[in-house]
Amino acid sequence: MYPILETEALNAEVTRMVIEAPAIARKIKPGQFVMLRIDETGERIPLTMNGADPEAGTVTIIFQAVGASTMQLAKMKAGEALLDVVGPLGKPTELEGVKRACVIGGGLGCAIAYPQAKWLHDHGCQVDVIVGFRNKDLIILEDEFCACSDKLTIMTDDGSNGNKGVVTAPLQEQLEAGERYDVVLAIGPVIMMKFVALTTKPYDIKTFVSMNPLMIDGTGMCGGCRVKVGDEYMHACVDGPDFDGHLVDFDDAMRRGVMYRSFEQRAKDIAEGRDCAEAVAAAQKEGE
Amino acid sequence: MAKANMQKTKTPMTELDPAYRATCFEEVAGGYTLEEAVNEAQRCIHCKNHPCVDGCPVGVPIPSFLKELGEGNVGAAYAIVKDANALPAICGRVCPQESQCEGKCTRGRNGEPVGIGRLERFVADWALANPEEAAAAQQAYAEQTGADVAADDFDYTGKKVAIVGSGPAGLTCAGELAKRGVQVRVFEALHEVGGVLVYGIPEFRLPKALVKQEVSAIEGMGVEFEPNAVVGKLYDVEELMGEMGYDAVFVGTGAGLPSYLGIEGEALNGVCVANELLTRVNLMKAFKFPEYATPVYAGKKCVVVGGGNVAMDAARTAKRLGADVTIVYRRGRDEMPARAEEIHHAEEEGIHFQLLTNPVRAFGNDEGWITGLECVRMELGEPDASGRRRPVAVEGSEFTIDIDMLVISVGSRTNPLIAQTTPGLESTKWNTLVTDEETGATSVPGVFAGGDVSTGAATVILAMGAGKRAAAGILGYLRK
Repeated sequence: MYPILETEALNAEVTRMVIEAPAIARKIKPGQFVMLRIDETGERIPLTMNGADPEAGTVTIIFQAVGASTMQLAKMKAGEALLDVVGPLGKPTELEGVKRACVIGGGLGCAIAYPQAKWLHDHGCQVDVIVGFRNKDLIILEDEFCACSDKLTIMTDDGSNGNKGVVTAPLQEQLEAGERYDVVLAIGPVIMMKFVALTTKPYDIKTFVSMNPLMIDGTGMCGGCRVKVGDEYMHACVDGPDFDGHLVDFDDAMRRGVMYRSFEQRAKDIAEGRDCAEAVAAAQKEGE
Repeated sequence: MAKANMQKTKTPMTELDPAYRATCFEEVAGGYTLEEAVNEAQRCIHCKNHPCVDGCPVGVPIPSFLKELGEGNVGAAYAIVKDANALPAICGRVCPQESQCEGKCTRGRNGEPVGIGRLERFVADWALANPEEAAAAQQAYAEQTGADVAADDFDYTGKKVAIVGSGPAGLTCAGELAKRGVQVRVFEALHEVGGVLVYGIPEFRLPKALVKQEVSAIEGMGVEFEPNAVVGKLYDVEELMGEMGYDAVFVGTGAGLPSYLGIEGEALNGVCVANELLTRVNLMKAFKFPEYATPVYAGKKCVVVGGGNVAMDAARTAKRLGADVTIVYRRGRDEMPARAEEIHHAEEEGIHFQLLTNPVRAFGNDEGWITGLECVRMELGEPDASGRRRPVAVEGSEFTIDIDMLVISVGSRTNPLIAQTTPGLESTKWNTLVTDEETGATSVPGVFAGGDVSTGAATVILAMGAGKRAAAGILGYLRK
């Protein structure tokens, strides 16, 4: 069992959770992920690390309650425990030697972008951070990003923070102004990463994106997390999750990403009490 | 000795009705009653050369256990089997006996061989149902054969061995070492112990409760298990042998990397490799969705490509999920690597076969879901390196099968993680580890390996044989 030491709601949908996992905490690096299972009937949920404290023996994750499993996870409290946590999985992001970087996060992707920005900042790299959210109420980690960036730009889709637009707009401005990053890291919705990669392509700037496909075992065994990179399919769990953004086929990733949507919707409907068949079955069981 | 039962055919074993079993995940084969088992055991004529034993990769003294069983001494029979085979309930179910012990049985020359696998299963199931009597029988057997232990009077107390991977090779190696007093810890990457026994082989062929029982028996011998531990990521082999204080390491990480067809449309939605389908259903229990949180997609019309046991498992699993299933295999029936019994069971359950057929490309609709598979007819040409006749495409014979699900089951390769993270560990170009055939020793002193990780994808029992040999190799290394 892996005890939950702390939980904090960062906004209405997003939770930060600190888990006791000393062996993982000693090894995990920015860009790597863990898989956790809440209980015996749970699925293996892949979550890229937000932070780790080797001395305290803790790993921090940030997740959004989007489906039945993450909704269940969001309800868990400090003092409870997760049945399984495995990691570190995947390869760490290649950050060594980068002097000038732009780290771009979209929504929940900011949770993963943060440790990258922090690592770069702590290692003497000049870091610009651009983050985007749907509206100002969903902004997370503002203070943290502020502390580890040379320039922080926060965009909102609806302009409610006074800065309306997508993350690629300020990126484009920087590039047009002659900024030449050693590397651009983009972590967020697939569509966002696609446009970041399209933006940096004409400038030939190395761009890493963090892919988050469907995943089952996370050890390279099942092939569920195939991502098309260049001409070949790679496994995000062992070859990634970071890939060269100029080679990833984002449209293919988006198509594969919806394969289980009807199942996910059904599980969510049940979790929220909207599934009639399940509700009837539950009522019958209660009546017996 | 009493006269052998000269009945020419095996004592029949009950099986679930095919029409019923194709709708559920209950175990297909029913097992013998005591009466049936005794009757079948008496079919052994106790021939002089006992070729059956040579056919067994872990060397179970088959005639001895059949003799005891034939006399109704189930406990004694069990103790003999268990001493040589750490996982008899599993082997009795999934071993390819027809090409091993039973394939060599003298009775098989004129009629059917003795049903050794069924009898192994019977004694193992009896032991699981009667743990106290089984333990007493094992104790009695150990006392009676004390010489075996005395032959190796080295005191292994305080010696520590790490086992990487909890599949059949690792479990066997762990059990053998624990027997000699070695302190053993097994590291498993997944959350469940058992490797392919839990993620690969379906419930209807090998109930998972039974794997749990066999594992807890090994735990009872003092072996510790650490799930959720990916060696190569969480710890590496150098660390295990350095600061973690292990005297030796056994690598039994299997063949956990899927192969693909390399055809157009292979990444369409509705297409997966057999490992994914089986992992979802077996390990994650997706057939119980939404009670279990992991879902599994099943179409109405499914093609499974491949002719091995995994392909049969995948096909029968897809069938149980409600699909109409066709197996597409590029060679003929005689060339199929799957066990005859598995092919027979699949057929009984209504699975169709398109033999001498090879997929060429998959088609999809606008949303990216698979809608069809173009295939081509094949004919057998000259034998290839494996001795099997090489299939050659028949020009102009292309045809299309309309499907909404495709499962690729054309073999597994070795996961390169351990080789990549262990300096000096020699591997082949297929990523399999180079090992000494007799001892399992690798190019790194103290590191041993066996099973699919060194042979490439094979069977449960061959992995167990390798685990057993490596245990002997490790004991030799520890004595130095």
